[in-house]
Amino acid sequence: MAEANTLSDKALGPALAGPATASSGGPFAFLKSIEIGAVLGIAPFVIFAVMFLLLPTMFLIGAAFVGPDGSFTFQNILDLGTPQIVASFWISIRVSVASAVLGVLVGLFIALAVIRGRLPSSVRSAAFTFSGVASQFAGIPLAFAFLSTLGRLGLLTVLLKFVGIDIYRAGFNLLSFWGLTLTYLYFQIPLMILIIAPAIDGLKREWGEAASTLGASNWQFWRYVGLPVLWPNLLGTLSLLFANAFGAIATAYALTGSSLNIVPILLYAQIRGDVLHNPGLGAALALGMIVITALANIIYLVVRARAERWLK
Amino acid sequence: MKTSRLWAWIVFALGALYFIIPLLATFEFSLRIRRDGYTFDAYASVFSDPKFHQTFGYSIVVGICTIVVGILVIVPAAYYVRLKMPALRPIIEFISLLPLIIPAIILVYGYIRLYSSSSWLPLTNSAMGTNILLTLGYVALAMPYMYRAVDTGLRTIDVQTLTEAASILGASQTTIILRVILPNIVVAVLSGAFLTLAIVIGEFTIASLLNRPAFGPYMQNIGANRAYEPAALAVISFLITWAAMGAIQLLARFAPKTAKP
Repeated sequence: MAEANTLSDKALGPALAGPATASSGGPFAFLKSIEIGAVLGIAPFVIFAVMFLLLPTMFLIGAAFVGPDGSFTFQNILDLGTPQIVASFWISIRVSVASAVLGVLVGLFIALAVIRGRLPSSVRSAAFTFSGVASQFAGIPLAFAFLSTLGRLGLLTVLLKFVGIDIYRAGFNLLSFWGLTLTYLYFQIPLMILIIAPAIDGLKREWGEAASTLGASNWQFWRYVGLPVLWPNLLGTLSLLFANAFGAIATAYALTGSSLNIVPILLYAQIRGDVLHNPGLGAALALGMIVITALANIIYLVVRARAERWLK
Repeated sequence: MKTSRLWAWIVFALGALYFIIPLLATFEFSLRIRRDGYTFDAYASVFSDPKFHQTFGYSIVVGICTIVVGILVIVPAAYYVRLKMPALRPIIEFISLLPLIIPAIILVYGYIRLYSSSSWLPLTNSAMGTNILLTLGYVALAMPYMYRAVDTGLRTIDVQTLTEAASILGASQTTIILRVILPNIVVAVLSGAFLTLAIVIGEFTIASLLNRPAFGPYMQNIGANRAYEPAALAVISFLITWAAMGAIQLLARFAPKTAKP
């Protein structure tokens, strides 16, 4: 295993490699260790990443500061303050936060139940296989599935009406904040289960035994041992699920058309037909999306760094 | 501790209900096309639509191209980073995860602005150019999964020893990657490939904004114009996703391991 080799090399470092000074031949010695083959091998990846990931994103960020006449301006950013755009950012953030938080909580409970609840191993492997499928079952077909379930003619709607509960009269609407959140949970929860399962597996049974030997209650075990260990993973998954929901468009588009104006749908309409009548404003909208997903990840990185500091 | 087990069953059952009801409802809905009872006519209608075959075939071809390009871009990079430049590892790993943070709609918007007719690389000028752009966009979407799959595969084999043994026998670098490393991680690469296929086949955003006749935009169009066919399409998509994931699980049993424990 390459990793083990480098680790053991590090551990044995001075003994094997001799005095570090002996091999260093000037400031550019490290260049000798880089081979031309390795550079050629990594080159396609780097070129691809620059041309089809970094450059397009940078270009949009730059375009957000260009006015219709081609000069530098902050006007596009200021124009994001119009009520329509603010409203679409607000609904997008609400749906993303709600589906990420609920996805993390529900996913955590299901994963705990399946892994630590001593359910039969067949149930366990079925749950993980299904999670793998459901986490990828997103986009257009997911919208169709929920329309068939909770749409006005959906099976669940009809069945509930049959037993006397008219969810639409009670104010439910699939094409709304809660409808969209409920739909997004169908891929958010399985994603959480898949990501958190290895971390829960890492909670050793001995820790629980040690805690209960010392007289800790179940609650105390989770408060002082379980949750602190899982904490960085929970936060990381939270930001990943947030970004996952925030950038999603296909499900919402097939579900609601453009009746629920989340940011990606507004941006989609802008790319298609310049509905905002200003290409610069479209770029500013994209910049807003990038800033928000980046912020979510920076918050995660900062909190994780702090969590890791005291976990050591 | 019987109570905790009961609690686990209740949580599991509630979760299972949430996930199974929409599937049952979708299937039931797809059978409702006739008033006089359940039939499979919606499926017949989907399968007899020539556009279904065209768009599905198109997406499969783009998916296969995505996998090939993805392997060519990712396998050498992951291999050399592991073998020769471990210092670059965090950077390459971070880049490979970027598509999880940058939404697809931002990427495609950037592509349209950057590679349009008046730019230095006018890819969107021709249908072939746009197909290439779509494929490269899908490579970007699949990168987090593909890189992870390849890297996991490389971790289970002894890259160092295999490389040294092959080069002592006189193999060139290309030969080492193509005939020594790749066959050893083929299972990992294939599982990445199936995941890529599952992601690409129904993808909507990029295909739609690049105006390509792919399966995702086709499904959206059916959803806007038909009542029962969309449910049939959802069932079909679910089965395709299930098949791709099942293939990955099956493959995992054949993974070779040469790494020292």
